[in-house]
Amino acid sequence: MSAAITHNRNLELIGFALIAALILVVLPLALDIFRLNLVGKYLTYAFVAIGLVLCWGYGGILSLGQGVFFGLGGYCMAMFLKLEASSVENTKIQSTPGIPDFMDWNQLTELPFFWVPFQSLSFSLVAVFLVPAIAAFILGAAMFKRRVGGVYFAIITQALAAVLTILIIGRQGYTGGVNGITDLRTLLGWDIRTDNAKYILYFVCCFLLLGTMLAARFVLASKLGRILVAVRDKEDRVRFSGYDVANFKVFIFCLASAFAALGGAMFTLQVGFMSPSFVGIVPSIEMVIFAAVGGRHSIVGAVVGTLLVNWGKTLFSESFPELWLFAMGGLFILVVLAFPRGLAGLFTDQLMPWIRRLGASRGELRPNPAPAE
Amino acid sequence: MTNSTDFLLALEGVSVSFDGFKAVNELNLYIDKGELRVIIGPNGAGKTTVLDLICGRTKVTEGSIKFKDREITKLKEHDIVKLGVGRKFQTPSIYEDLTVFENLEISYPRGRNVVGALFWKRTDEIVERVREIVKMIFLSDHLDLPAEMLSHGQKQWLEIGMLLIQEPELLMLDEPVAGMSVSEREKTAELLKEIIKTHSVIVIEHDMKFVESIAHRVTVLHQGKVLAEGNMDAIQADPKVKEVYLGH
Repeated sequence: MSAAITHNRNLELIGFALIAALILVVLPLALDIFRLNLVGKYLTYAFVAIGLVLCWGYGGILSLGQGVFFGLGGYCMAMFLKLEASSVENTKIQSTPGIPDFMDWNQLTELPFFWVPFQSLSFSLVAVFLVPAIAAFILGAAMFKRRVGGVYFAIITQALAAVLTILIIGRQGYTGGVNGITDLRTLLGWDIRTDNAKYILYFVCCFLLLGTMLAARFVLASKLGRILVAVRDKEDRVRFSGYDVANFKVFIFCLASAFAALGGAMFTLQVGFMSPSFVGIVPSIEMVIFAAVGGRHSIVGAVVGTLLVNWGKTLFSESFPELWLFAMGGLFILVVLAFPRGLAGLFTDQLMPWIRRLGASRGELRPNPAPAE
Repeated sequence: MTNSTDFLLALEGVSVSFDGFKAVNELNLYIDKGELRVIIGPNGAGKTTVLDLICGRTKVTEGSIKFKDREITKLKEHDIVKLGVGRKFQTPSIYEDLTVFENLEISYPRGRNVVGALFWKRTDEIVERVREIVKMIFLSDHLDLPAEMLSHGQKQWLEIGMLLIQEPELLMLDEPVAGMSVSEREKTAELLKEIIKTHSVIVIEHDMKFVESIAHRVTVLHQGKVLAEGNMDAIQADPKVKEVYLGH
């Protein structure tokens, strides 16, 4: 399979180019800003799906808690924006002006210590990556060094998603509770709610996504990518080839989490709020479904899968809101049973050979692609 | 036990128990540099467990294992590998989704940490080394084939090749000819004779014909203990060995 992947590098590049054309040119021309902003929101989930390709598709580490890292990234961004929106002037009707509104409602009279550094944009941007990556490092090191993996790891990550949700909702004076952090307005004085800003943020999101895709591709094309496949197949063999397997797992899990966090931060900027409903078990599992539908072995597939499932979700839930979860569950079962390698697998395993046969039957026998060096 | 040893590998008073069952009991085993040692014994004698203990997959309950006069009982598996111990598993343990080349490349003893793997360069030196190895293991024509397409015997060879490229001083092979055809067995025996010119080797094997064709010294294990040790003829003549093992 991976041999097929190495041989399909050109195909992958074409996929990259098509995605770039779609999100940078076609969609902005075809959609109004409301719909485009929705697409921008979907694209933020694609960051998570790409991370899942790395750690689940390649490393075999199924995390059912990626919402945690998406949420942590999003919250770090939201904390900065909220503080900027809560200037003394904006909040002079509060009993304690200058702190976020929800703190005032919860009788807090000063900014909690862990909020203070988020007054700085540079700190917040670093925190967007570092907070989730450190969380992932602690979890990953604790689990993988003890050789906890597979289903147990999945369950623990899921529990973590539940824990963080409960924590955020329960400590609403510090976190904004179930409503999340809302009413975000400006970034260094630049109003992010205008149509113009939404366009700009959409394109920033697109470029970051393309950069993330390239970074992921670099990792998978390196020897590290092949080691991940090896670990997935025969963990013991890798260990007895002299590798400290746990380090590789921790690394890829942290990288996937940093990708998810970047998505979360872009979500906050584009949608204008962050809430625990993007942290918990349901969104975490939805993100796994995005990757599964698109194909967990394909970066391009993961992005396409995310866009398609979310587009379907929007269409479907506009007409039959109560049926959407059933459709989603059904879709997941269908993918697992009928095409376990997702749309990308369908494309490379079914469609491509069919096209080749078609070409061959017309007498245009093409030579096989040159094997990898 | 702190006394130093000239042996490449020295197991002294090694015991391991699983829930009170002693799989290996007060075992002493010494392997010389350049030696080919075959370990035989009935099922459940503890043969595979001994290899597991040496390579760190199972931790000893008691006793000392020294490799190149260095205590290795407390080391992690990958550190023992780095000292020069290579291990082949009973069922061929290769990366089915990768090509033969990639299987060997991963086993090349460089770039074994995260950064090294991320910025790995496939140099001419590595390609050359991989070509040398595939020639030895009779897989020159299958360099770019996904390993899952290989026959069972070829998978066994590939795993031996993956050990060789690690450049270990000691190779431990657990049933290397299991499931091989007669001609594959003969080729494997040739391969082993080539390998022992430059390596020490421990082989676990059931196939007595194969053992006869390669053995220098044979150790017979029974119930976690050494029952007999010596050259092939002496072992085959030993009444105790006949009773517990060869007679069957």
